[in-house]
Amino acid sequence: MSNGFGAMLPAEDGRPRLPGSLHLNRRLSQWLAIHADGRVTIKPGKVELGQGILTALSQIAAEELDVSLSRIQVQAAATPDSPDEAVTSGSLSVQHSGSALRHACADARRIFLSVTSQRTGVPIEAIRVEDGTFLGPQGEIGSYWSLADADLLETEASPEAQPKPASARRLTGTSVPRLDLPDKVFGAARYVHDLRLPGMLHARMVRPPARRARLTALREGPLPGDARVVRDGNFLAALASTEWDAEAAAARLAARAEWQTEDSLPDQPSLTAWLREAASRGEHSVVQERSDPAAAVSHSIKRSFTRPYLAHASIGPSCAVARWQGETVEVWTHSQGPYNLRADIAKTLRCAPERIIVRHMEGAGCYGHNGADDVALDAALIARAVPGTPVRLLWSRAEELGWSPFSSAMLVDVEADLDAQGNLIGWRSHIISNGHSSRPGRGKDPTLLAASMLADPFPVHPSINPPMAAGGGAPRNAVPLYRIPALHVATTRLLEMPIRTSALRGLGATLNVWSIESVMDELAAMAGADPLDYRLRHLDDPRAADVLNRAAAMAGWRNRTKQEGRGMGLGFARYKNTGAYAAIVAEVEAAERILCRRLWIAGDVGEVVNPDGVMNQLEGGAIHGTSVALLEQVRFDRQRITSDAWETYPILRFSEVPQVQVELIARPEAPFLGAGEAAMSPAIAAIAAAIHDALGVRPRALPFTPENIAAAMDAEA
Amino acid sequence: MVAFTLNGAPAAADVPDNATLLQALRGPLGLSSPRFGCGTEQCGSCMVLLDGKPAYACTLSAAAVAGRQVVTVEGLGTPESPHPLQAAFLEEQAGQCGYCLSGILISAAALLAANPDPDEATIRRALDPHLCRCGSHNRIIRAVRRAARRMQEQGRAP
Repeated sequence: MSNGFGAMLPAEDGRPRLPGSLHLNRRLSQWLAIHADGRVTIKPGKVELGQGILTALSQIAAEELDVSLSRIQVQAAATPDSPDEAVTSGSLSVQHSGSALRHACADARRIFLSVTSQRTGVPIEAIRVEDGTFLGPQGEIGSYWSLADADLLETEASPEAQPKPASARRLTGTSVPRLDLPDKVFGAARYVHDLRLPGMLHARMVRPPARRARLTALREGPLPGDARVVRDGNFLAALASTEWDAEAAAARLAARAEWQTEDSLPDQPSLTAWLREAASRGEHSVVQERSDPAAAVSHSIKRSFTRPYLAHASIGPSCAVARWQGETVEVWTHSQGPYNLRADIAKTLRCAPERIIVRHMEGAGCYGHNGADDVALDAALIARAVPGTPVRLLWSRAEELGWSPFSSAMLVDVEADLDAQGNLIGWRSHIISNGHSSRPGRGKDPTLLAASMLADPFPVHPSINPPMAAGGGAPRNAVPLYRIPALHVATTRLLEMPIRTSALRGLGATLNVWSIESVMDELAAMAGADPLDYRLRHLDDPRAADVLNRAAAMAGWRNRTKQEGRGMGLGFARYKNTGAYAAIVAEVEAAERILCRRLWIAGDVGEVVNPDGVMNQLEGGAIHGTSVALLEQVRFDRQRITSDAWETYPILRFSEVPQVQVELIARPEAPFLGAGEAAMSPAIAAIAAAIHDALGVRPRALPFTPENIAAAMDAEA
Repeated sequence: MVAFTLNGAPAAADVPDNATLLQALRGPLGLSSPRFGCGTEQCGSCMVLLDGKPAYACTLSAAAVAGRQVVTVEGLGTPESPHPLQAAFLEEQAGQCGYCLSGILISAAALLAANPDPDEATIRRALDPHLCRCGSHNRIIRAVRRAARRMQEQGRAP
C-alpha cells in the first residue's frame, strides 16, 4: 500500500523482500523496457521536481545494465502503467526508486545473460557486457537488443539478482550532467505549462475574497470573445479560447461576484497565543521518552521558539491540463504523486479511479505539497463543461502564494538539564503545530482545495502528521541525536485548521533543529565549551562527528576571530534522524538587517549517485533555509492571506544570497540516505547561532528580522 | 495584427490590444522560453530583450512592440549553436527546476553586451530582478563569469 508519506512502510506480506518500491511493484516490465533499436526505457514512479532525480535514476540503470547513459530514456510517470511509488517526497527517491531500478536492472541483466548463455553454451561468468553487447571469449555472442522481442521482462523480479559491488561501479558516483538541463537553457517546451493540445481552451479561477466565503450572487453581463462561466457552488472559473480573454473574463466575473464572507483566521499578531490556546483542544501524543540513570541536575534552562506559516513560493504558478473524453478524464500535472492525485480526483468526481488517467509533466521547482494537486482537480472540474476539449488552467501568482497549502506555524517549548560537569542529562520538549500533511490519496474524503468549494462539498479535515517511522511531521527531528539520558518529547496536533497546512521541505525539522541547536549552544556556553566540542562530546555516531569536523575545518572554525558586526555559527542535523547528515557553518553580517554572507556545508548522504547533483541539492536547500531564516512569513488578516505577491512574501534575491562551499564525505559502500532536505534546517540553526555571535542575542522567532531580533533583545533584557 | 522582429525574423501576431507580449509569444507565436511567473514584474521569469534591453513581457502590451526587435532565449542560441551563456550554464550545471533560467539568461546577455567583464557584485545586481527558488544562484553567477571570459577570449561581440 502506498501511504502517501513518501515512505513506503515495509509490508510484511510473506513475499521475499525486494529493495525499495520493487517490493510492491514486482514485475520487471513495470520498471524497464529494452528495445530492438538499442534503447532502454526506464519507468520510475518518482517524478522530476527540479531535484535531478531523472539523471540519477538513469545513471543507476545504465550502470547495472552496462549500457551507455545515452541509451536510457525515462518514461514520465503516469497511471495506470507506472509503478505506484506513492509520493516523490521525504528525500526518498533514490532509496525507493533507485534501489528498485538497481535491482530490477541487475535482474534484467542476469536474465538476458542466462538466456544468451543457454543459447550459446558460453558460461554466464565468461560473458562481458559492453554497452549492451554481450561478448564471449571468442567475441560477440548477443546483445540486449537482439533479445528485445523475447518478452524476457514479463516476470517478477528475483531476490537473487546481484547488483554490482561498489568497487565495480563506473558511472554511478560520477557527476554526469543533468539530462533535463539542456531543454531548460534552450527554452524548450518541457513544463506542463508548455503543453499545447489541439483545440485547447484556457481557464482562470475566480477566488473568493475570504477563506470562508459563500458566492451569493453573480451578476449577468457580457464576457469578452467566446468566454464562458464555469460554476459549481463556490467554485468559479472563466473559460475561453485565448489566455487574454480568459483573464479578462475572470476579472469581470470577480467584479460581478457577490460573496458573503466571515472571519475565520487567527489574529496574526497573537499567533503564538492562538497556538497555545488551540493546543488545549488538540491531540496530545508522546513522541519519545526514556529515563536512563543520570547524575543530579545542576542547572536547567527553559526556552521557547516559534515559526510562522511558510509558503512554498514556487517560481511558476501551478498549472494543469485536463480533458474529458467519454467516461475518461485525462489530467496532465506536476503532482508529486500521480496515483494519490488520481484517488482524490476520483473521490471528488464520485467515480472509479480507473476512469482517471494522470500523466506527470514537470512544473517549476517543487519543495513539498504545493498547489500542483489542487490545480489538477480545478482543471478537471472546468474541463467537465466542455467534453472532448482540453482545458489548460494556470493559477495566478496570488493564488500560488495565497491558496496553496502552507507549512504550519509552530511553537516548541524546551527544557534542558545539565549536571555539575556541564553535561546535557535531561531534555523535555513539547511541539504545538497543525499537522504537516494533507496530501491527497489517503483519507475517505478528498483533500484537494476545490472539493470543499463545490455545491455538494466535502468536509475539510485537519491535516495529520506522518508516523515517526516515516520521519514524523511536526516532531520531525525533535528528538536530539545527542546523547541524553532522560528525555521526553511530546507534541500536540491542532484539530482545527483555519489555514490549510501540508508538507513543505523539512516539515517540522525547520523549527526543531534550530531549537535543539540553539539550546545546545547555550548549554555549551554554560559549560564553558566551544559549540563544536560540546556537540562532539554528546555524539556517539562517528558519521555525525565527521560532518561536524569537516564543516568546521572548511570554515576555519577553530581559528575564527571575532569581527565587529559579524558572527559565525554552527548547525547540525541528521535529517529525520535516519537520513543524510549535514553540518553547516554560517557567517552573518549584522547591518540594518541580518545578511548571511557565507555557508560552509559538509554532507554525508551515504552512497552518492551524482556528486554534483547532491551538492546542488545541499546548496539549494541551505539557500532555501537562509531565505526562511531571514525573510519568510505568511501574512494574513482575519479573512484572507495578504502575502499573495512577491512584494509581500519576499524570498532571497541574488544580492542577498550567501557564498556557499559544499563538501561530501564519500561512503560508496553505505546505503542511500537522500539529499533534498538535509541542509535546510541546519542552515537556519547556523544562521541563528551566527546572529548570537554577532549581536549577543539568541533569536526566538523566525524569521530573524530586525523586529523579531529586537523582541528577543527586549526579552533577554 | 502586430508586426515586429522576433529573434531576427519578421513576426506578426493577431492579438487584441489587451494581450500581453508574453501571451502573444507563448500563444500564437508558439514560443516556450518566456515563462509566466507573476504577471507583475516581480520575478523576471518572462524577461525578453526589447531593442537589446531587458523588458518584462508579462506587463508589456503586445501592441507596444510593433516595429521593434524582440529576442527570447530561442533567439540566443540553439543546442547546435549555443550562446556562450547557454554553454556556460550547462558547464556549470547552473540550474535545478530551470523555470527561472530563461529570464536570467536574457538579463545576463544584456549585461554582457553592456559590460564584457562584470565583477560578481555587478552580476548579482543585474540579476536581482530575478527570483530563483531552487538556490542555484551561485552556479548561475559562476556561469555568467565563465561566459564573459569565453566571450572575451573569442573576441565575440555578444
